[in-house]
Amino acid sequence: MKDAVEEKFLFNKTTIGFWLYLMTDCILFASLFATFAVLRHATAGGPSGSQIFEMPLVMAETIILLTSSFTCGLALVALKARKITQMVVALASTYILGAAFLTIEISEFAKLIGEGNGPAHSAFLSAFFTLVGTHGLHIFMGLLWLLVLVAMLMRRGITSKWVRQMTLFALFWHFLDLVWIFIFTVVYLMGVAK
Amino acid sequence: MTIVKYVIGFVLSLVLTMTAYWVTVNGIDKTTLYLILAVLALVQMVVQLIFFLHLGEEARPRYKLATFLLMSFMLAIIVVGSIWIMDNMNYNMANMSPNEKNDYMLMQHDKGF
Repeated sequence: MKDAVEEKFLFNKTTIGFWLYLMTDCILFASLFATFAVLRHATAGGPSGSQIFEMPLVMAETIILLTSSFTCGLALVALKARKITQMVVALASTYILGAAFLTIEISEFAKLIGEGNGPAHSAFLSAFFTLVGTHGLHIFMGLLWLLVLVAMLMRRGITSKWVRQMTLFALFWHFLDLVWIFIFTVVYLMGVAK
Repeated sequence: MTIVKYVIGFVLSLVLTMTAYWVTVNGIDKTTLYLILAVLALVQMVVQLIFFLHLGEEARPRYKLATFLLMSFMLAIIVVGSIWIMDNMNYNMANMSPNEKNDYMLMQHDKGF
């Protein structure tokens, strides 16, 4: 009984600590969003957003990341119900969708740089690459984290520590989808508006 | 935390994303569009905060909610403040040629703060 109480206390404490990290991460993204908003017209003779964004691809990215966030939630529900096979399937989907998102984003970046529209071309492009790239870096770290979680699961099985880690990962993953909504809206949709 | 909550959140988010995309593609005037897009994004944020991040389910004292509100306040200052100040600066310098802007900035620099 005492252990359960201690575990719950530890659980709440780590969750709030991690939540505080997410809030400070929001401030980081806020600065990048502010920079982007200020520099959005500073194209220095280079292309503007509406000339370089491929909206069908961006829409696909958005749906993929949203679905990934959803399957991550399903994994958490399966974990609570102790349905381990379902949870593993949901986590695998989360990983594959996340990796697909990152692949599309990297190919988009590679194409832009290949066409000479890299971050050095204009202030607008610098701000664009920094904002979207920082989000992409977070996604990359999330995918690494998920691999570590799976390795821990295979070595020790489901422990209370693992459940705590998994809950925090889900929080992180949902948070990244939340940030992407604003990138999708502010950078892409408002960028291509005529 | 049930599967129903996640399904509701997922479907609502999908609908809101599709709507935002549809409105943008079908071209309306820019001010209205920006307003609609901002509202759709904020609504989706609330949906995901409730259904995915479970904000508001915690027991008192609500540390998560309190820190979230503090963060929103700081975020608003950073974003709105930056846009406000920088747009004002651009507006006040709008009548100058690039060379005049350069000279003006150098003069300001020489004056010091």
